[in-house]
Amino acid sequence: MPRRARISLGLLVVIHVFALIAGFIAPYSFREQMRESPRAAPSRLTLFDDEGSLALRPHVRVGEDQRSVPLRWFVRGSRYRLLASFSSDVHLFGVDPPHRVFLLGTDALGRDGFSRLVYGGQLSLLAGLFATGIAVSIALVTGTLAGYGGRWLDGAIVWASDVFLSLPWLYILLAARAFLPLDMDPRAAFIAIVLLLGGLGWAGPMRIVRSSVRGVMERDHVMAARSAGASHARVMWHHVLPQAVAPVATQAALLAPAYMAAEVTLSFVGLGIREPVPSWGNLLAEAARAGIVSADLWLFAPAFMLVLVTWLYHQTLAAERWSFPCRAPTRDR
Amino acid sequence: MYDRPRDPFDERQVNFWIRRLAHAGITLAAVSLLAFSFLSLAPGDFVDQLRLDPRISEETLDAMRARFGLDRPFVQRYLGWASGVIDGSWGFSFAYGTDVAPLIRSRLLNTLLLGVSATALAWMCALPIGVYWALRRGVGSRWLGLVTSVAVAVPELVLALTALVVASATGWFPVGGMVTLGADELPFLARLRDLLSHLVLPVAVVSIPTAAVLARHVRSAVEQVLEDNQVLAARSLGLRSGTLLLHHLLRPAANPLIAVASLSVASLLSGSFIVEVVMGWPGLGPLLLDAIRARDLHVVIGGVMCSAALVVAGRLVGDIALYLNDPRITAR
Repeated sequence: MPRRARISLGLLVVIHVFALIAGFIAPYSFREQMRESPRAAPSRLTLFDDEGSLALRPHVRVGEDQRSVPLRWFVRGSRYRLLASFSSDVHLFGVDPPHRVFLLGTDALGRDGFSRLVYGGQLSLLAGLFATGIAVSIALVTGTLAGYGGRWLDGAIVWASDVFLSLPWLYILLAARAFLPLDMDPRAAFIAIVLLLGGLGWAGPMRIVRSSVRGVMERDHVMAARSAGASHARVMWHHVLPQAVAPVATQAALLAPAYMAAEVTLSFVGLGIREPVPSWGNLLAEAARAGIVSADLWLFAPAFMLVLVTWLYHQTLAAERWSFPCRAPTRDR
Repeated sequence: MYDRPRDPFDERQVNFWIRRLAHAGITLAAVSLLAFSFLSLAPGDFVDQLRLDPRISEETLDAMRARFGLDRPFVQRYLGWASGVIDGSWGFSFAYGTDVAPLIRSRLLNTLLLGVSATALAWMCALPIGVYWALRRGVGSRWLGLVTSVAVAVPELVLALTALVVASATGWFPVGGMVTLGADELPFLARLRDLLSHLVLPVAVVSIPTAAVLARHVRSAVEQVLEDNQVLAARSLGLRSGTLLLHHLLRPAANPLIAVASLSVASLLSGSFIVEVVMGWPGLGPLLLDAIRARDLHVVIGGVMCSAALVVAGRLVGDIALYLNDPRITAR
């Protein structure tokens, strides 16, 4: 693996882990409203303490008089559940109450922008990953069946994939989402979006699995295994599928950011995850309402993260000479 | 090798294209059935949205449902819509109270204006950049790699928001919309200028990522041909570089590009969806979004079918272009 790909992969893992343990990373809960400071600008960080001398720990300027208060690590705050299993009240950083630290300002209700960004990343990143997992799983099953099975099975699956590839992807996604009630519980909405994205997107990766299965079937080692009396299942598992891993992994790395962007788009237009639960999509919708005229650029942090994550995914693939990343094929339909 | 144009009216070939056309038609029918059943699975319909209004009685709602045919079984509703396709009305919009076809037509023209100019611009930028990129290596090529890789990674949504922020901060461009209020009364030239100034940002937003993807495709296609022996042979025969470029590089390199071009036809509508919604371009995107929210069934299906038709047509046209460009390909 080239160095650039290694670095990108490492950063991606870090971002995903941060999003997973959002409760710990975020200083506040995503729904905690600090009514005394709506639409606050980001807190200023400094290395100087109140007396103006250089301090070892970062300080935060607070209040009208911009007093410096030290930023503390591993502070106790509101309780949260980590990874849906155990609960804790230790946060990575914070300041002594009654002061507050807002790395990315607050929204109109006084909710901390940074905390909402981290929690929102949880949903957006996971939606991309899960949907990719579903699409690729369906593709592996149908693709192997089509490549390995007889003429009729192959014909039927290829025809079905043809129809799915002709479906205008985004429009169908929007329309299919519309048949679900608009005001869904966020968890149900998340599951619905993931299932829709995965269920509509299997056709592209299926083609790739099928063609690599087809290619392997002709090879000598498969012939040898067949003639030595290996069962279909064994040939498939030990000789055919391993060959499909690389192209499928490539496809998955293209699909994941595309699906993430799809979730963001859905939530942006109000058909995805709804307030008060944040996702990068509905955070951006709010930024579009409040931030365009005022040019409060920190509101657009989710957009920056979206670009960064997509870019990192592409860079992970860009093994040599920048030749690889093209958009995921499903995106264009 | 590439000199003689092909006879496109060979009987076997014509049969093949007729079969392809029929196949496209069947695919479209399947798409419509699939989309229709997706939407009909919906709990609730257009009339249910009206129930929230206490002034409308239950009897009125039932009467409306009967008038729109929403109380009939699925097959009858689908056949009703299909007969609407045949007589050219494309069904009935519950929300607007008119036929769907004229509703979609005017919006579709706006979307195509945006989509076609953006796609054309993207190709015009991508071709020279891609060819240059494939032929010259060095610092410029590294920068092109970085710039295009970032441009590919920026979703249209983000780019559209950026454009709006820039427009509102600088005031150089109108912030969203397609015409200024009251522009109807202006003389033709002023109206054209008004339209163009509204067109600049959306077109830029749609075409920048597309151009980056296309430039990458052009480069890799040209690079692949560069490794062929025939280019070496042509060079050793002393051909001028202009001739070399046109006849021995671009024409063989066109095959993968035609496939890409048919994809860019396919994405004419869906590519600009989010840009239209964010930037207030009165195209198919906002119409469809409103229709989805209001459960305006036939309008949604109409939009989906327009986009699906472009996908299918794009593939068909791509295949025909491939066949015309490359004599090695035969229609079977």
